[in-house]
Amino acid sequence: MSVSLTDRPFEPGALVTAFCAGREETGAVATFVGLARAEKGRATVLELEAYPGFTEAAIGEIVDAAMRRFGLQDVVIVHRVGRIAPGEAIVFVATAAGHRREAFEACDFLMDYLKSRAPFWKKEHGPGGVRWIEPTDRDRTDATRWDQE
Amino acid sequence: MARVLLFGRLADQAGWRDRRIEADDLAGLRAALAAADPELGEALAGPGVQVAVDKVLVRGEAVLTAGAEVAFLPPMSGG
Repeated sequence: MSVSLTDRPFEPGALVTAFCAGREETGAVATFVGLARAEKGRATVLELEAYPGFTEAAIGEIVDAAMRRFGLQDVVIVHRVGRIAPGEAIVFVATAAGHRREAFEACDFLMDYLKSRAPFWKKEHGPGGVRWIEPTDRDRTDATRWDQE
Repeated sequence: MARVLLFGRLADQAGWRDRRIEADDLAGLRAALAAADPELGEALAGPGVQVAVDKVLVRGEAVLTAGAEVAFLPPMSGG
């Protein structure tokens, strides 16, 4: 299991290859890559702030919960911080399980958490100035799906 | 002396993100911050703003030891 923050662009394909290597008992790897959107020219740079130490620990706790809940074999999360250009990857999530359903669901669960509850603050820079982005109602209801089950 | 960290829009609003402030507890710290900057004091007490002391979320009151790190965290949004 690994959770890391980076202020450098990363290549998702290389992360998938490394994550899949040497697994003889893993039937399924599910991955998600989130990219920065240009929002039709409204966003020229996305700036992401974390609280070093606190942010990794908070994500680590939810990864532990996902490992138990879905019986996962492994999880890798890489999250960008700092200034991110449209088209660059912001987040990479990979889950490994014996079978596909657990891998898919855990990936979905982890992303819902990251979107609404993980300690990041997101600011959009564009021609119209800057604005802080807070979770949408949809992000919040997506996350509560998992509370009821 | 507590180390106070502001994140997200709170840091932009205050014009600083890391400052040392004398306070024995969280209520005293909030009062000191509000006295220096009433708008910031209001924002820190606003909906969805969480507080972490030494990187652990706290609800309500907390005693601050010397050198405690107090972070004010506005609503979070990753991914």
